[in-house]
Amino acid sequence: MQHDDVIWDIIGNQQFCSFKVKTRSQGFCRNEYNITGLCNRSSCPLANSQYATIREEKGQCFLYMKVIERAAFPAKMWEKVKLSKNYEKSLEMIDESLIYWPRFLRHKCKQRFTKITQYLIRMRKLVLKRRRKLVPLSRKVERREKRKEEKALIAAQLDNAIEKELLERLKQGTYGDIYNFPVHAFDKALEQQDEDSEEEEGEEEEEEEEDDEDVGKREFVAEDEVEESDLSDFEEMNKLRTSSDEEEEQDEESSSEEEEETKASGSKGKCPANGSARKKKRSYVEIEYEMEPAPKSTATS
Amino acid sequence: MAKHTSGSRGGNGGADGAEAKEEVKMEKSEAEAAFPPTFNVSEIKNKQRRHSMFVKYKQEKSKLKIQLKKKKKKERKALGDKAPPKEVPKTIENQRVYDETTVDPEDEEIAFDEGTDEFSAYFNGLTNPKVLITTSDRPRGRTVKFCEQLATVIPDAHVYYRRGLALKRIIPQCLARNFTYLMVINEDRKMPNGLVLCHLPDGPTAHFKISNVRLRKEMKRRGKDPTEHFPEVILNNFTTRLGHSIGRQFAALFPQDPQFVGRQVATFHNQRDFVFFRFHRYIFKNEKKVGIQELGPRFTLKLRSLQKGTFDSKFGEYEWVLKVSSFEKSCNDATT
Repeated sequence: MQHDDVIWDIIGNQQFCSFKVKTRSQGFCRNEYNITGLCNRSSCPLANSQYATIREEKGQCFLYMKVIERAAFPAKMWEKVKLSKNYEKSLEMIDESLIYWPRFLRHKCKQRFTKITQYLIRMRKLVLKRRRKLVPLSRKVERREKRKEEKALIAAQLDNAIEKELLERLKQGTYGDIYNFPVHAFDKALEQQDEDSEEEEGEEEEEEEEDDEDVGKREFVAEDEVEESDLSDFEEMNKLRTSSDEEEEQDEESSSEEEEETKASGSKGKCPANGSARKKKRSYVEIEYEMEPAPKSTATS
Repeated sequence: MAKHTSGSRGGNGGADGAEAKEEVKMEKSEAEAAFPPTFNVSEIKNKQRRHSMFVKYKQEKSKLKIQLKKKKKKERKALGDKAPPKEVPKTIENQRVYDETTVDPEDEEIAFDEGTDEFSAYFNGLTNPKVLITTSDRPRGRTVKFCEQLATVIPDAHVYYRRGLALKRIIPQCLARNFTYLMVINEDRKMPNGLVLCHLPDGPTAHFKISNVRLRKEMKRRGKDPTEHFPEVILNNFTTRLGHSIGRQFAALFPQDPQFVGRQVATFHNQRDFVFFRFHRYIFKNEKKVGIQELGPRFTLKLRSLQKGTFDSKFGEYEWVLKVSSFEKSCNDATT
């Protein structure tokens, strides 16, 4: 026989109920058919022979009912009614099914149904929004990567690499005329050019800008003889030299000298040293002059 | 009961107790090969003794090694000029298997590809880069600062708060406002740890892992804040096809005409698949020496995936994905 009070006496208060979860302030009921989730005399599905619940499966809500007539048939104890997807209609269905049932159960069923529909709606909304994906990191892999990174950093030698790259760019001239000092590189370039010109034509090396000590020096030079002279400005050379051939050569030289002057104008401090180096070099060089017919140079004289 | 028993028997050649240790020590110091051939340090059951034996064994080994080195050095000195050349140590860079996707500078196919890919417009000077920097949801202070500093490094960069917007909705808005790049910095546990670099008019999307972020105030001996001048860009070691495309992506972040007056340089150095980013100010002391001073933030990137179109995690076409397998032992660098 179903004695609800006796059952409640046993499981609710005095002895053990396996569905009960006690906390400091309240007790909960873990029974899946419990309508409120709390451990109460009126909410306990074991201690009430007439009971109703709402349960949800895969988005579908069902109304479960238990009556005392079926208490002897546990397999058929719960009557399952599928509720409509329409909220109002379902409420009416609940009212219809639970007509003449205690007010408490009716009320609680409707409350539970409302809650369930609300969370179903929220679930559907969340699926449409952006989801944060949590990607698990393997600790071993992370550790190894960290170590690899450290080693790569050491192998990279970043500062050296950057400095080298910058210096290369400077040499190649990507910075243009901003930096004034690349005399060294410029000299190297000059030397290379000189070598080329020596190889090709066998002419003398280009003259360089010299100190002012030779300014105004007068030399009488023969036509055929050629002397490598330490004369500074080509203009003055033009005044001094009288032979047309030499002037001609001077013109040729002067054009190249002009370039030199403009290039090396910024590097005044470096000049004397280079001049002396040049002088030394020049002593080895054989000078050959090209002999050309006169008419061109008459304008200059 | 005492743990340091003097009575326990060890597995070494017939000795036991504290005296045995000393005997063994003397033995060892006399002749290295005094142990019976089947002796193994791991056979001693007592942990302390085993440990001390092992330590001794190691010391002996290292002593031998030092002696060998000294001998070699002496021989080398004695030989003088006739000594054989010094052997080059093996490094990963030496031993790397030749990667057939390495880019040859004169390769026509690559030159053609470059002329027609998504960056060609940029490299021909038609478009100027405009970068939008944003984060994942609810960024913490560190990430926000990092974004701000990045914005000072990259000219024409704008930082916007994310506020929970979907990337797929941000992208059309960016296109409408003529942005060329979208950078999303992902955050985890209050530290930036991921970067999505998306080239906008449906260009490739690269997803990187960020590590070792150092903000400006954490730098030692740093200079003043970077100015508004366009920095130069240095790209080192991007040799394979994949590396080349990534390198171009980085280059397209900065405007084509650097202002040398500013003397700032941003470096992306690729070493063993890690891309190190540094931002320096340089000064040429003379034509052979240059001094650099680190300014802005520094971080390292590791490429995780490269997608062909704009950011689309579900339907995107992945050009390259990093394979994370713990059995990966050989050094296959994909971008070097």
